[in-house]
Amino acid sequence: MSFFTEANARTAAEVIARYPRPRSAVIPLLHLAQEQEGWVTRDAMVEIAELTGATPAEVLGTGSFYEMFRFHPVGRYVVNVCTNISCQLLGGEELLHHVEESLEVHAGGTTADGMFTVEEVECVAACTEAPCFTVNYRYFHRADPDTFDAVVDDLRAGRSPLARGAQGDDGNLPAHGTLGRLRQHIPDDRRAGVVPPEQADQEPVWLRTAPSTTSAADA
Amino acid sequence: MNDVGQSVEITVDGRTVLANPGELLIDACERTGTYIPRFCHHPRMRPVGMCRSCLVEVDTGRGPALQASCMLECSPGMQVDTESERTRKAQAGVLEFLLVNHPLDCPVCDKGGECPLQDQTMAFGPGESRFVEEKRHFEKPIPVNDNVFLDRERCILCDRCTRFADEVAGDALIHFQGRGSDTEVNTFPDEPFSSYFSGNTVQVCPVGALTAAPYRFKARPWDLEEVESTSVVDSVGSRIAVQSSRDCVLRFQGVDADAVNWGWLCDKERFIFEAYDHEDRLGTPLLRGDDGDLAPTGWGEALAAAAAALTDVDPDRIAVLGGARLTNESQYAWTKFAKGVLGTDHVDAQLGDGLPADFVLGLPRATIDEACTPGGIIVLLGPDPKEELGSLYLRLRHAVVHDGATLIELTPRATGLTPFADHSLRVRPGEAVDVVRAMFGEGGTAPIGGVTVEEAQAVGAIVSGAAVGQNRPVTVLLGRQSLAEAPGTVVDAALVLHDWIADVRFLSMLRRGNVHGALDLGLAPGLLPGRVGLDEGRPRFAAAWPTTPATKGRDALESLRAAADGEVDVLVLLGADVLTDVPDHDLARRGLEGAGTVIALDLFATPTVAAADVVLPATAPTETDGTVTNLEGRVSIVARKVTPPGTARPDWMIAVELARRLGADLGISSPDDVWAELSVVSPIHAHIDPEALAVQAREGILVSGGPALVRPAPLEVPSHDKNSYRLVVTRSMYDCGVLTAHSRSLAGLAPVTRLAFEPTDFAALGVAEGGRIEVRGPRGNIDVVVGPDSRVTKGTAHLLFNQRGVSAGDLIEATAAVIDLTVVPV
Amino acid sequence: MPEPTIVHPDGMGYIPHAAGFVANEGPKLVSGRFPYEDSYTLECALATGAYTGLRAALGRTPADVHTEVRDATLLGRGGAGFPAGVKWGFCPEDVWPRYLVVNGDESEPGTYKDRLLMERDPHQLIEGCLIACYALGLSQCFLYVRGEMALAQERLAVALNDAYEAGYVGRNICDTDFSVDITLHWGAGAYIVGEETALIESLEGNRGMPRLKPPYFPAAIGLYGRPTIVNNVETLANLPWILEHGAIAYRGYGSEASPGTRLFAVSGHVVRPGVYEVEQGVTTYRDLIYGPNFCRGIREGNELKAFIPGGASAPWFFEEQLDLSLEARDIGAAGSMLGSGAIVVMDHTTDVVKACLRIVRFFARESCGKCSPCREGTSWEEKILERILDGHGRPSDLDLLLDIGDNISPGPYPVAAHGAAGLDAVPFPPLQTTICPLGPSSVAPITSALRRFRSEFEARITRHEGIPVRSAPVVDGDPA
Repeated sequence: MSFFTEANARTAAEVIARYPRPRSAVIPLLHLAQEQEGWVTRDAMVEIAELTGATPAEVLGTGSFYEMFRFHPVGRYVVNVCTNISCQLLGGEELLHHVEESLEVHAGGTTADGMFTVEEVECVAACTEAPCFTVNYRYFHRADPDTFDAVVDDLRAGRSPLARGAQGDDGNLPAHGTLGRLRQHIPDDRRAGVVPPEQADQEPVWLRTAPSTTSAADA
Repeated sequence: MNDVGQSVEITVDGRTVLANPGELLIDACERTGTYIPRFCHHPRMRPVGMCRSCLVEVDTGRGPALQASCMLECSPGMQVDTESERTRKAQAGVLEFLLVNHPLDCPVCDKGGECPLQDQTMAFGPGESRFVEEKRHFEKPIPVNDNVFLDRERCILCDRCTRFADEVAGDALIHFQGRGSDTEVNTFPDEPFSSYFSGNTVQVCPVGALTAAPYRFKARPWDLEEVESTSVVDSVGSRIAVQSSRDCVLRFQGVDADAVNWGWLCDKERFIFEAYDHEDRLGTPLLRGDDGDLAPTGWGEALAAAAAALTDVDPDRIAVLGGARLTNESQYAWTKFAKGVLGTDHVDAQLGDGLPADFVLGLPRATIDEACTPGGIIVLLGPDPKEELGSLYLRLRHAVVHDGATLIELTPRATGLTPFADHSLRVRPGEAVDVVRAMFGEGGTAPIGGVTVEEAQAVGAIVSGAAVGQNRPVTVLLGRQSLAEAPGTVVDAALVLHDWIADVRFLSMLRRGNVHGALDLGLAPGLLPGRVGLDEGRPRFAAAWPTTPATKGRDALESLRAAADGEVDVLVLLGADVLTDVPDHDLARRGLEGAGTVIALDLFATPTVAAADVVLPATAPTETDGTVTNLEGRVSIVARKVTPPGTARPDWMIAVELARRLGADLGISSPDDVWAELSVVSPIHAHIDPEALAVQAREGILVSGGPALVRPAPLEVPSHDKNSYRLVVTRSMYDCGVLTAHSRSLAGLAPVTRLAFEPTDFAALGVAEGGRIEVRGPRGNIDVVVGPDSRVTKGTAHLLFNQRGVSAGDLIEATAAVIDLTVVPV
Repeated sequence: MPEPTIVHPDGMGYIPHAAGFVANEGPKLVSGRFPYEDSYTLECALATGAYTGLRAALGRTPADVHTEVRDATLLGRGGAGFPAGVKWGFCPEDVWPRYLVVNGDESEPGTYKDRLLMERDPHQLIEGCLIACYALGLSQCFLYVRGEMALAQERLAVALNDAYEAGYVGRNICDTDFSVDITLHWGAGAYIVGEETALIESLEGNRGMPRLKPPYFPAAIGLYGRPTIVNNVETLANLPWILEHGAIAYRGYGSEASPGTRLFAVSGHVVRPGVYEVEQGVTTYRDLIYGPNFCRGIREGNELKAFIPGGASAPWFFEEQLDLSLEARDIGAAGSMLGSGAIVVMDHTTDVVKACLRIVRFFARESCGKCSPCREGTSWEEKILERILDGHGRPSDLDLLLDIGDNISPGPYPVAAHGAAGLDAVPFPPLQTTICPLGPSSVAPITSALRRFRSEFEARITRHEGIPVRSAPVVDGDPA
């Protein structure tokens, strides 16, 4: 019984190795599971529990605290409309109503064709560019109903709408679950070494030896 | 900070209070008469400061500030005001907040009448709630396991149940889910709260969110009468409160005995009262008639028949087995009857499933507190405490996980403690003594089974360096690791540990309720009451007893063999279901068949009782006044609370009556009379009498002392053959035992057993999980269902005892040191 | 220094690729790289001086570096404003390992300065982390990035990979004995995790519920129970400049008590909302809201009704407080907080009852649920305000709201002065019956709005439409 694909299992092992305690990898692994499936399944949590030394109840307990994790299937594109104070002052609620009306779904729901899930959310961190919405956590600033309609058109036509976000984000807009499209990798020969805290209980070397000479390659 | 041991002087509401060093403010206040409201605080769990009910104004020099008193250690000069306006407002405010989403369920809620939320709202809360909005709703209630229900609307999210499950029991199967005011406690879907300790969450829940199925809707707290008693389910001797209404026991609650169980109970201890109450309880004596059937009869006829069977019988042809279920007083009465009146020494409370009595009594003993010394060292050379001694497991777990104790396991299979053991060595049956010798540098360089010499020596270094000069006591938990091994394997290993480790102490893991009382009171061959041998003790009993046996008698297995050979005319069974409990089922059967008259005292018609000739109904612990002795040697009270069924009698009374019919006066007309006599004949019990016991009711009174250490001849063990699997037979908490089977809440929890192999061994068998194979053992071939189990040691095969699925007792041969099984090829 | 690749139409204005950032006139200590389109690449970063500060630090003793930072009086940029150099000194001696946790979980309504810094200049942040680790002997750094900030995660991942390869992170950095791994960690959506102990809990794999302080001050007992420094992204982003130019130069900007610059975000009803790098202390709210260099006044010629001076937890300010300078101490005395530099401006068209509800709802949704007053109190406040907005308010609701607030945060609650009404300011901070400040934060909009605009609330309550049927008969046309 194994939920993660082979490739993701390798990624999972790499992620766990970056933490002094495997338990810390629960949230990153929940993201990985959501990336694989679009939402967090029961099997995913059971496997994450095994990998991190937790019980499935603990994994669900942690995961359910955080909004980004979905425990039921969602649409391919999750549309988050911010209605917090800065956006509210500049029409965020009206934007939300437009989104709901044009997709014919209430906040919290998914369109019948499974393409879009709409959520009303708290501050997405683009306050001076209010009102704004995100699609799979990609930003669309200073959005009005037309912007939203254009983004939906793009997505339905298979085009990337990211240029409309106007903040230098380019490429394709990934399906729900994928956040960063590129991952951190620490090459073995450059790794300082991640160890459990019990094994790192001495004063770090450089506190005694510093300052030491730096490379002749500095500019 | 103040010196350890010095009181800390603080001021509470203008009064001076002397707090103990490190004491929490909330506890210091409560101890000295000032109660501060609280929900999340629990004296036996880590403080979390979450509910905010315990806020009081505290001034440590920078002006008064509201602080959570459950998180504050008292510091010198602290000024506390628990009655200021600001404190009162905060407390009333928090209670109002807690009632915001709490449903008005009191009329239908079990907790009403013993509810801290009700009580504290009355005392500290606002008169009315101003909340007029819609409360949050959950489906109510939901089962979190077979015996515990959860009503999430009532839950005030105090974190007690989840903290207990995680920190105390190590079974983090219930957890907070969601966030904010929609937070709930719940399990993982389709994974119930399967914990041996789940009942404790019901007891610690400060509202009616968690309720126990056996008690739901049965009574109101004000209907209940209560008496403190001791659990006799196992030998830990957990303190319990027995609560009854209208002469019916409705509930056991855990009571906090500091030396023993800290208020916790395993679910078996908690719910076993259902068995005592069962309609199948024997209420009248039974006599086997000429037609061959057992028929109800009166006490007169039954006792007459028993007495007749015992009249003019050579004491050498009388055997008395069992007695670990009896109270101390009943055990003394039966020892006196058997050894002092009948004159037989073929008396054994253990049923071939324990350790030699004289050996156990001769070891230097530890208390549970000593074993659990913070920073101490614990060596497990015994069965899995999580399965056999639940409350002890909780104490041990606390010591290892929270108090820095080091745990070393030398066990044939992983145990419930393995996840946090510092060293867990998988020791095959028969090899314990070799591993222990290797710990101290004896023996060769070859690995012993899966244990390398390096591993063994690493462990040896810990226990050797330990006690000497470092103040880290070493305690060995000693018990029968496997019923498929002769006790000698563990005895030999224990002797090596005894000889090599300075100041080592032992904590017995013999598991039956009052088996330690039985040993102390002479229900074992070669012993007299008071932990003395026959010869040593004889002079003391000269006056009190008509006679004492001349020579050491047979133990249980020897008696059964003798009975099988036709050498036993009368077999008395004191609550002993030999057909079920003697590990060698074949021997038990033949012994029972071969015995002449079988007289059985018991609570239920067990398979053994069904084969007896005279059946005498005995009383259960809730129906008997007396005492029991736990594995530390701690004597504590068992209290009668309800009327026994029918005409069932206490075991001591039956002994007295039988003796009378044989012309002997045991001199016992009440349990107290036993103590009067013990004070004369047993120096180790001299400091105990009914008054002393009443005063020390909660903590009990320790009995110490014992005979010199005996050194049985070493056991010869055949070496391991790599083509065979050494059988390991252990117990699990729930099995087909008569009490569990008659306890509604527990009966369905007994697992089905199958022959389990280590995963690579299992793969080599070439069978699917759940498939069947044929194995050959000393008793012939048997067809078994098999499966893999990563807890099992390579080269061994494991079965649970007394379960459905495979009858382990049919594979065991009592004379064998170890049982080797080979797989019969297809 | 290469020429910036982005040219502004009027020398100032939006930088389209760092949408929201306005290149106002003034010193650029942390946003110097923003005018470059590829500012987030190692190539651009190195060409514009990245890792110079690190090398300067590596040439000095760690203790020296610590002293420099302390002397710079670098105030924390996360909201609490505690001097970083002093916080750094709280770690117990000889307890190892120590960790650095970077608080990139920015979720404060009104600002996204950290997102900008992470997306636009990840190498500056990495460099700051390295300097901190070097100075304090921190063996591993955890870069906790808010889960919703996908692009920031990407850019940081690439930057870390490049920096590792180039020898700036990992083993033997720049060929010295200094070695540290930086782990990029993603959050998953919870405002409360921005609280430092909740952040640590989250990093340990748990629900993000704050710990009690005492005893769990992170510098003493933090991640995995070890001493941990938690610093905000912007705080660390200042370190390269400080190490390159020195504390004295740093103190040349801003004011005596609040040296240096800060990224302030101004949103809401202004002509030109944006994120600005501003000298602290010497700039006032009036400068920011009305100044031609900044937001250029209220939109459409409207009147200022109120403004939030420092994030959703901040009590509101009004016309009277416009001339306060951006100095934490002064703002605290005036009854509010500087916070993380999030300013939200409301003009006279604003429905303050709705605005108040919105902020309260935010806190109710973000409450972690651990302690009773916040868990129950915030959602209770939300429900009452909803009911008032729905037309079912009762006259007793207003004082009830204030009393609920008093039970979450024993009063009097911080609030701005209202000269015209003869009411004084109540200084910040509020008291707590709760474990962390989130619950008490929910009281800020209520107290602020009720003290100033009570009539707007009352108007909604004295409107009888929609109130459920009363049993008493109507007499003479007046409701009983």
